[in-house]
Amino acid sequence: MNNLSCVLKKWVMALSGLFLCSFLVVHLSGNLFLLNPDGGALFNQYANFMSTNLWIRVTEIILALGFVVHIVLGMLLARQANQSRPVAYAVSPGNETSSFASRYMWLTGAFVLFFLVVHLKTFFYTMRFGDVPHVPYEVVKAAFESPIYVIFYLISFFVLGWHLRHGVTSSFQSLGIRHPKLKPWIHIFGGLFWFVIPLAYSVIPLYFLYFHMWG
Amino acid sequence: MNVILKIWRQPSKDTPGGFETYPVADVSPDMSFLEMLDVLNETLTQSGKEPIAFESDCREGICGTCGLFINGRAHGPGLGITTCELRMRRFKSGETIVVEPWRAKAFPVLKDLIVDRSSFDRIIQSGGYVSVNTGNALDGNTLPIAKTKADEAFDAATCIGCGACVATCKNASAMLFTAAKVSQLALLPQGEVEAQDRVINMVKTMELEGFGHCSNTGACEIECPKQISLTHIARLHREYLKATFK
Ligand code: HEM
Ligand code: SF4
Ligand code: FES
Repeated sequence: MNNLSCVLKKWVMALSGLFLCSFLVVHLSGNLFLLNPDGGALFNQYANFMSTNLWIRVTEIILALGFVVHIVLGMLLARQANQSRPVAYAVSPGNETSSFASRYMWLTGAFVLFFLVVHLKTFFYTMRFGDVPHVPYEVVKAAFESPIYVIFYLISFFVLGWHLRHGVTSSFQSLGIRHPKLKPWIHIFGGLFWFVIPLAYSVIPLYFLYFHMWG
Repeated sequence: MNVILKIWRQPSKDTPGGFETYPVADVSPDMSFLEMLDVLNETLTQSGKEPIAFESDCREGICGTCGLFINGRAHGPGLGITTCELRMRRFKSGETIVVEPWRAKAFPVLKDLIVDRSSFDRIIQSGGYVSVNTGNALDGNTLPIAKTKADEAFDAATCIGCGACVATCKNASAMLFTAAKVSQLALLPQGEVEAQDRVINMVKTMELEGFGHCSNTGACEIECPKQISLTHIARLHREYLKATFK
């Protein structure tokens, strides 16, 4: 992938980033079954469907590829950027000329990657490959009974929010989609997405923790 | 007013440099930053010291040679200005002002505050030529160009090649500069024939020279003395995709 020019690298980053955003929406809609007050019956049904359906299996591979491409290109670009300024400034502009989110995409991205590994270990691995059969709903419930885990989860979504705060609008620019008439719409979409999606994800662990502690 | 300057001094390209501190007294707030440096250099010369090397030519914001990184800002604080247009009234009396050269792999420091920006020339060169018919000048309006297009091309053409966009970019990317040049010709019929090779070659040279990629932070647009817009970078992206998937 390194022989792609930086413009094409960013083009693929933007496409893979937007693809991962669509995955965030799909994944969230499934998670919201957890909030259905039926002791997890609906969620278990959904989770079983997800781990047995053939099409879901294929989609999973495409998704994993999407992550790999996005991460590898992100690392290649970060390395190129690092080499482009061998001597740092004594005084840097900081937030005066650009946003924190836009300058630290590699850092927020790396944190999301760390979260992803932990997350796959707790849920995906346990549900799919655990040695004892697990009821999906019980796995989720058990994980979110730990306040430490819930706090880690909330921090991760906060960080993901910062990744998306720059990422969503930036990807349109990378794809060359820019026009005075489109600008307000891209800003509304980006402005809602980075905030609403992580917030909605955060409600779920809080819901479980609340019922565990005080319910 | 009085100011204290911390200035990067470096005898030559391959010798290590460092900051030196120079107090400057009785500065008029109406002086430009370069005039203030002239005053300092006068006193340095009189006391037998090496004056500070910095570049300037037009001193009216059109030649693009006077780039200095002042207190963390390309061309100092303020929008739409070059260092020669920066006035000392922007600073407080007694303030310490840190002055550094542009920092980028593709802009090596030659001496003190002077950097070699010939990598920009090589990006331009790699863009190649524009075909035009020879012979008599065209009659007016035989090659119609919409006013809005002409204006946008002109906006792009106001780039003075100062390098502030590179200097301020966290990736030391020359994307705004390259996009201004690509965009200017992409908007006009005269540049159409070579448009696809031009964009591919210029981006290739930009990377070979050691500039970074564009993270869309928008810092370049803020620091550009000619306020070249990110719109041109979006156009470069479109031109590049057209050329790749033609
Ligand atoms: C759900 C997970 C993720 C989503 C939805 C996402 C989304 C995005 C989007 C939309 C962009 C903007 C692309 C552009 O500017 O054209 C982006 C950029 C970026 N992402 Fe991600 N990302 C995710 C995970 C990651 C991970 C795990 C990493 C790395 C370890 C990462 C590293 C980066 C970097 C470094 C950039 C900025 C590239 C640059 O312009 O310099 N991302 N991401
Ligand atoms: S785009 Fe602006 S900042 Fe960059 S070289 Fe041209 S005039 Fe200078
Ligand atoms: S000296 Fe020419 S732009 Fe400043």
